[in-house]
Amino acid sequence: MTAMEKDTLYLGDVELTSRLLTGTGKFASRTLIPAMLEASGSEMITVALRRVDPGATRKNILDYIPDSVRLLPNTSGARTAQEAVRIARIAREAGCGRFIKIEVITDMKYLLPDNHETLLATETLAKEGFIVLPYMMPDVTVSKQLHDAGAAAVMPLGSPIGTNRGLEMKPMIKRIIEGSKLPVVVDAGIGRPSQAAEAMEMGADAVLVNTAIATSHDPVMAGKAFALAVRAGRMAYLAEMEDKKMYADPSSPLTGFLGE
Amino acid sequence: MSFIDLINRFNSFDFEEYFNSVTPADIEKTLNLDHLDSRDLLNLLSDQARPFLEDMARKASKLTHQYFGRTIGMYAPMYIADYCTNYCTYCGFSAAVDFKRTKLSLPEIEREAGAIAATGIRHILVLTGEAPAKTPMSYLISAVEILKKYFSSIALEIFPMDEEDYRTLNRAGADSLTVYQEVYDREVYREVHPRGRKADYDYRLLTPERGARAGFRAINIGTLFGLGEPRSEAFFAGLHAGYLEREFPDVEISLSLPRMTKAKGGIEPKNILSDTGFVQCMLAWRLFMPRLGITVSTRESASFRDRLIHLGATRYSAGSKTDVGGYAVQHSDATPQFEITDDRSVDEVADMIRQSGYQPVFKDWEIV
Repeated sequence: MTAMEKDTLYLGDVELTSRLLTGTGKFASRTLIPAMLEASGSEMITVALRRVDPGATRKNILDYIPDSVRLLPNTSGARTAQEAVRIARIAREAGCGRFIKIEVITDMKYLLPDNHETLLATETLAKEGFIVLPYMMPDVTVSKQLHDAGAAAVMPLGSPIGTNRGLEMKPMIKRIIEGSKLPVVVDAGIGRPSQAAEAMEMGADAVLVNTAIATSHDPVMAGKAFALAVRAGRMAYLAEMEDKKMYADPSSPLTGFLGE
Repeated sequence: MSFIDLINRFNSFDFEEYFNSVTPADIEKTLNLDHLDSRDLLNLLSDQARPFLEDMARKASKLTHQYFGRTIGMYAPMYIADYCTNYCTYCGFSAAVDFKRTKLSLPEIEREAGAIAATGIRHILVLTGEAPAKTPMSYLISAVEILKKYFSSIALEIFPMDEEDYRTLNRAGADSLTVYQEVYDREVYREVHPRGRKADYDYRLLTPERGARAGFRAINIGTLFGLGEPRSEAFFAGLHAGYLEREFPDVEISLSLPRMTKAKGGIEPKNILSDTGFVQCMLAWRLFMPRLGITVSTRESASFRDRLIHLGATRYSAGSKTDVGGYAVQHSDATPQFEITDDRSVDEVADMIRQSGYQPVFKDWEIV
């Protein structure tokens, strides 16, 4: 068995083979979602509870997600920890499972998360038994605090949601990856497969991509492209291709003359 | 700083002179920017921008896909009372218009709600005239409480209130607020609102701010095209939206483009906004504010609405009735506030949206 074959990702106690998480928003038609999931092999998909309508007269968004794919409900619309907590509880009651992606956003223009409120919500929901994945501004200290609060992963943003600007926060995310005891899922802003590969190459454990897939002309093919890029980036990381060292590694040690 | 301070800076601004000074090179420069300022908005609203409409449309369409996806939010209006003490010269509900006024009882509101919810609509916009004595807070709170059982989002388009009253309605379950300035030009405002509470321009202008402070998560504003000079009106509406976005970053801001149609007893519009002018405003707003919600009502014709899907619109009403009790209760003497032009059913509009390559989104909020 090669390193790649047994390379799985744990989020809480759930084992995933695919390191590409996807989303349900922004699709021209919800019927594209199952085909995209199949093509991309994504095993976890996020859905905003605000879009879930158990009493829908038409098909419900959840009807488009195969049973084999894990549901990651999110708290989109929450502006405070308290609202996020309430949304999470409603999601669980609606049968959306134990996972929750916390989104507490107080800036509608750039959809930037409020780390303070996110941390408070994480604390409460982790205690209630949720597997908590908080969407956050890349901040090393907050990342540690989220770990202590019981998060199952941290989800720093690459750049603001929907901007397709890639890893604008790269140095900060890198610091988080270096120090994090939790899986790091780069979420938001990834607009191209090459950017997803870049995140994986530097050691992200997974990426979450929605806009770039959903708004492309062929979301099914785009999903596949991202899956391949994530896999390539992961392989590059495992092969230790990324230059992790700050300084060159001379073949003759500079201090070798010291003898000892 | 309130929006009054901002709008007052334009008191001596010569719009005509500025619009005439805009060159094609200015438009090109604006079109190449990622972040537009108020001058760029003026450029895009000028006549010189007309030859660039296709370029504007392509950019607007791309930005809308990026931030909203290929989706259109669906909602329906529900008129619960048409009593009004204002004398707006353009409105079918004006106190000057003689017709038998009605107000839905709470059981009637429930029947209307049931009928609308059965069409799949989950976002409701509740409307009244301005007659607080007929539709007091207790009535409005009870209405919101009933509607919560049927809808996932409740928006209010009622008379302007103080912040505290808005807070009360927000706590009762209303999450969004719609209020149109009608016309930003002070002189025209005075002419068309000769009497009644609505004659207070400043109080109305500051209503969105009071609503945002009271906790509404979404605020929809607009100017009623047909009253003031369209380009400067579109500019002020955009400026107002931009101001609200900056001051209240946690509130979703959207704009509507109501165009005057003939209402019973109302005046003829002075400044007709053409279809091209309508599209130009919409595109200019989208480029000015990429995240702005843009609402298009059934005042517009079916064929026109079908095309606007691709030009930056984000929310559509459907199956609308603009008379009190129009969905189920059907008071035979009810008068519509304005005439519906797109009279297709919710299903028909949703099908059109799908056929255009977009997803109609019926539920996009959760009252928590």
